[in-house]
Amino acid sequence: MSHPLPAARAALPQAARGEWAGLRGALCAEWTKLRTVPGTIWLLVATIAATVAVSAAATAATSCPPGIACAVDTAKLSLTGVEFGQAVVAILAVLAISTEYSTGMIRTTLTAVPRRSAVLAAKAAIVGGLVLAAGTIGVAGSLLAGRLILPGRGFTAARGFRVLSLADGPVLRAAAGSVLYLALIALLSLGIAASVRDSAAAIGVVLGLLYLAPIIAAVVAGNPHWQQRIERYAPMNAGLAIQATTGLHSLPISPWGGLGVLAAWAAAALLAGGLLLRLRDA
Amino acid sequence: MTTPISTPQRPARPAGRDGFAQLLRAEWTKFRTVRGWVVGMIVAALVMVLVGLFAAGSSHIGCGRPGSPARSGRACLPHIPIGPGGEVVTDSFYFVHQPLAGHGSITVRVTALTGLYASGNSPVGQGPVGQGPLAGMKPGLQPWSKAGLIIKENTRQGSAYAAIMVTGGHGVRMQYDYTHDLAGRPGAVSAAAPRWLRLTRAGDTITGSESADGRRWTRLGTADLPGLSATVQAGLFTASPQHEVTSPFFGGSSSQGGASLATAAFDHVGTSGRWPRSGWTGAVIGGGISGSYPVRGGGYHQAGGRLVVTGSGDIAPVVVGPGAAFPTATIEEHLVGAFAGLIAVVVVATMFITAEYRRGLIRTTLAASPRRGRVLAAKALVIGPVAFVAGLAAAVVALLLGARLARNQGAYVLPVSWLTEVRVVAGTAALLAVAAVLALALGAVLRRSAAAVTVAIVTIVLPYILAVASVLPVGAADWLLRLTPAAAFAIQQSTPRYPQVTALYSPSGGYFPLAPWAGFAVLCGYAAVALGLAVYLLRRRDA
Repeated sequence: MSHPLPAARAALPQAARGEWAGLRGALCAEWTKLRTVPGTIWLLVATIAATVAVSAAATAATSCPPGIACAVDTAKLSLTGVEFGQAVVAILAVLAISTEYSTGMIRTTLTAVPRRSAVLAAKAAIVGGLVLAAGTIGVAGSLLAGRLILPGRGFTAARGFRVLSLADGPVLRAAAGSVLYLALIALLSLGIAASVRDSAAAIGVVLGLLYLAPIIAAVVAGNPHWQQRIERYAPMNAGLAIQATTGLHSLPISPWGGLGVLAAWAAAALLAGGLLLRLRDA
Repeated sequence: MTTPISTPQRPARPAGRDGFAQLLRAEWTKFRTVRGWVVGMIVAALVMVLVGLFAAGSSHIGCGRPGSPARSGRACLPHIPIGPGGEVVTDSFYFVHQPLAGHGSITVRVTALTGLYASGNSPVGQGPVGQGPLAGMKPGLQPWSKAGLIIKENTRQGSAYAAIMVTGGHGVRMQYDYTHDLAGRPGAVSAAAPRWLRLTRAGDTITGSESADGRRWTRLGTADLPGLSATVQAGLFTASPQHEVTSPFFGGSSSQGGASLATAAFDHVGTSGRWPRSGWTGAVIGGGISGSYPVRGGGYHQAGGRLVVTGSGDIAPVVVGPGAAFPTATIEEHLVGAFAGLIAVVVVATMFITAEYRRGLIRTTLAASPRRGRVLAAKALVIGPVAFVAGLAAAVVALLLGARLARNQGAYVLPVSWLTEVRVVAGTAALLAVAAVLALALGAVLRRSAAAVTVAIVTIVLPYILAVASVLPVGAADWLLRLTPAAAFAIQQSTPRYPQVTALYSPSGGYFPLAPWAGFAVLCGYAAVALGLAVYLLRRRDA
């Protein structure tokens, strides 16, 4: 506690001079805040654990008995845990903002960094960076688990299933895309939390936005038109298209296009959050 | 602010009274006076209705045959026979019959049952309905190809009946009124191992018996058909349901099907009672597209004492699945909004306790009512019923409007008994109530609203998504819906599984691995454990 924070201290006088220096100070402040809250590291560890555990469980629960043509996208299967890990990522991102509101810290923050968009940008950068790091470990662990488990479950090279490897173009795209997916989910959650402020309501909105679309899409299966619309424009359905490595021509949206849709959602949420942060009293 | 400073003397209360009724009232007041929570519950009910209506309204059905003007909406509603129990049924078979007046019996020996089927990728399967050429069909019986004796109210589809039969893969069975199925001697029928079958009518009761040699008879079962006419149609029948191949992967929906035919050889036909002397009449019952799949006619051939009957179709309840030939909707599809309502309810129920921690109100609450377990019980008794009422109102509205909307769009809403309807609606409301209690308990355990809301939603909703809309195979999906709180959505399943109908009973098709109340009990178990843990921790920890 007695250590000075050189970066933060140096940033203060510069804040008046340059915008970038102000952003640097905000970044430092956000990094310190997030780093010194014990929950952060646990949530990051939980993201990794949840992703890897659910991926491994889903992979282990699937088998390809002899004599059946198994239409399974092994890369997508071994990345199933991302659907679970994203919930933990959402908690991390929502808490990064809503705890400031629940403790009143936001007023201190905005006094120190009056440019409110800089605060949100700094939070987005720090949370996004942390999630990229944790997501990389989680996705790599999931693929490793799939690589180890799948051959024993009947998904052998002899039956046309290549061993999962990042040297394989589509698998690399699915893996890198899943990491980006998690980061975009963090940004989306951050934007929503900046708009909603309350942690319970914000997380409810985020999870509703993510999880309701696949369920509704399953119910409206009788109407391909609406089903395709949901698959194309709902954040989770579209974003997870990045995980597909087989049957790409029959996807409702291209892998990168899907991730782009999610990026648009995240950008819109951040924009709305930033606007509301500027317009409202803290 | 304008109230006089002198507070009026309240009637004296006994000191230290903390009756449970008072506690309940305090918690109710807390809930009622926080505008966000009341709004949250109203939002829960609204989104539940709106999502349900969206699902019902988005199913616009078009129909029409090549060469005729396209139709849509109500004009597409098919005519589907309804069985005596009110369920939709498939009732298509080849019937060789005579009228039977009053009491009587019929006995027959079956010496062979063979079949032909069109696999899904051969053109015959999708070809024009009727007695087309048999070219392209492969020899083979379906597990539920059936032939035997039947006594039926009349030749209209959906009328009451009782039948005893040999089947392709399930031995001798006695079936009646579409949903009932009794097992008899197992094994396939052949010239070396023939089966003797007998149906006896006495009043409204029909008794089915079987024998291996025609001398020693075993009673298989009795069917009670209340209100059966004095004169019924009785005779021999053959039916063979659609050939189906299903893969256990990706929603398990890759089912390929085609029409099938079965041919049975009968001899030693014996009757007792008042039968006409005119002889047998053959008729296709329910030709065309029947129930859920195409049927390919049939016929019979009589030579000496030997009768060979060929038929297609089935006498069984309709099971909705990917192979249904007409667009159907189940009542629970209109309640899909329960997932959206659930999320809102979980948020409010979690805040109901975590807000006390955030504001420090919990210390006041516990000072006023030091018996901590009762505080949690009172909160559960407030939030549970509130969620139930919101869920019930939303479910009733969603169901009434949704069913009407779906019908206007041309979807056939499968009829269910009113008891099932009540179970589905009240069960959905109860599901929201128990989920609210679970969320409350999680909030008390974790004290952080974000974590508690996420745990509640992820454990209840995510397993359902993974089971219904992901790459998991059917077996793994079934286990998810047995072990996780998502099992509770089984309470919404309105159409039962029928072992006597081959279909893909997968979660993505709306079939849960657990019975409705068993699935609901799983969620209750989780809620009870969480509530117990919450009470324990509330007592042990400082507030």
